[in-house]
Amino acid sequence: MRRAGAILWKDLLTELRTRQGFSAMLSFAALVLFLFSFAIGPETELLARLAGGLLWVAIVFTGTLALGRAFQSEELAGGVRLLRLYPGDPRAIYLGKLAANLVLLAALEAVLFPATEILFQADLGSHALPLAAVAVLGTGGFSIVGTFFSALTVHLRARELLLPLLLFPALVPIVLGAVGATDAVLAGDALGRAGGWIRLLTAYDVILFVVCVWIFPIVLEE
Amino acid sequence: MNWQRTLGILALVSVAAGTLLGLFAAPADRLQGDVQRLLYVHVPTAWVAMCSFFVVFLMSTLYLVQRRLAWDLVAFASAEVGVLCTAVTLVVGSLWARPTWGIWWTWDPRLTTTAILLIIYVGYLIVRSMTEDPDQRARWSAVIGVIAFVQVPIVYLSVFWWRSLHQPPSSPRSMASSIGGVLLLNVVAYTIAFAYLVLRRYRLAERELALELAGPERER
Repeated sequence: MRRAGAILWKDLLTELRTRQGFSAMLSFAALVLFLFSFAIGPETELLARLAGGLLWVAIVFTGTLALGRAFQSEELAGGVRLLRLYPGDPRAIYLGKLAANLVLLAALEAVLFPATEILFQADLGSHALPLAAVAVLGTGGFSIVGTFFSALTVHLRARELLLPLLLFPALVPIVLGAVGATDAVLAGDALGRAGGWIRLLTAYDVILFVVCVWIFPIVLEE
Repeated sequence: MNWQRTLGILALVSVAAGTLLGLFAAPADRLQGDVQRLLYVHVPTAWVAMCSFFVVFLMSTLYLVQRRLAWDLVAFASAEVGVLCTAVTLVVGSLWARPTWGIWWTWDPRLTTTAILLIIYVGYLIVRSMTEDPDQRARWSAVIGVIAFVQVPIVYLSVFWWRSLHQPPSSPRSMASSIGGVLLLNVVAYTIAFAYLVLRRYRLAERELALELAGPERER
């Protein structure tokens, strides 16, 4: 646990010192939202109806970029090997990276949700609490699988292409669940359909977390 | 005659027999006509695809437990045949759907999951092709093989829910016994062909690996 905390702290500190990654991610996410309205057209009602889906696609795209960087700083300086040389369970590396990715995405979503409300006139604000639960579960699932595949692809050639190729199929339940729950909440039935999607997200998060933590050490072996 | 060749001939004969029976002996469907005969390719390839991905999972797990490269090579051979069969299933299914349903594609849970399955294992093969070190390649692809197997049921469930929220998925069709018999024969024939193809691909992969290990300087 302490080792995971140290890695989380290191990554956040690096990010805070440079701030490059985060501002680029934020601008990218904003651009994705803009591209959607350019592609779909300026009809406010249509955009409000699609808001849940558009928001989550923006989160997935931007999050994938963030994941691509997750192990990159280590990879460039041969740091993954160094991290592994420290005594203890290599799973701590996974947990630390996962936590760092979650913090980064939470900061991103803190901006992206209000931005969606403003740009697409979707009434996210009045459903803040259930939407926060959906965001936590959806982002959690994304980071659980994403951090895992990020570690797997970091040594590969053409990793920026392979990470999405491996990651997006795995994200199908996350995207369907998060979008389904968001749409259901926005449509006003917080208990009916949203509940099923939230259970699906929870089950996915738990199952994949267990599997990923379990086999992560194999990924880092040399 | 060695048993490998025997298996190959058996595969060829049974697939040929299944195809001929499917084309000429089995009755044409009263409603769908001859288009229905695509069933004799569609179902066996889908079956073989599922088998092959299960073999990938099994061999990946075995590799992770025992760390023998042979398991990894079987997983690879099986994945390649599986990707081929999944692609054939999708194409043939689409050809059948156009005259029957009036559309090439529908977001049915099984269709959608099969397409995603194809992408997952294409990713598996690409990751393999991009890793040079045999042990690393075996390890990473075994990890993907295991994770993919965990993902697929959840993907299916989520797509099923997504669709059932909008409209019921298409219902399975019942069939006459004459059609069912020919279909069963084809499934058996394709399974033999699957075993043969995986075996041959495995032998080839073995030689590729030996070459790789013998002369690393010849690698790109």
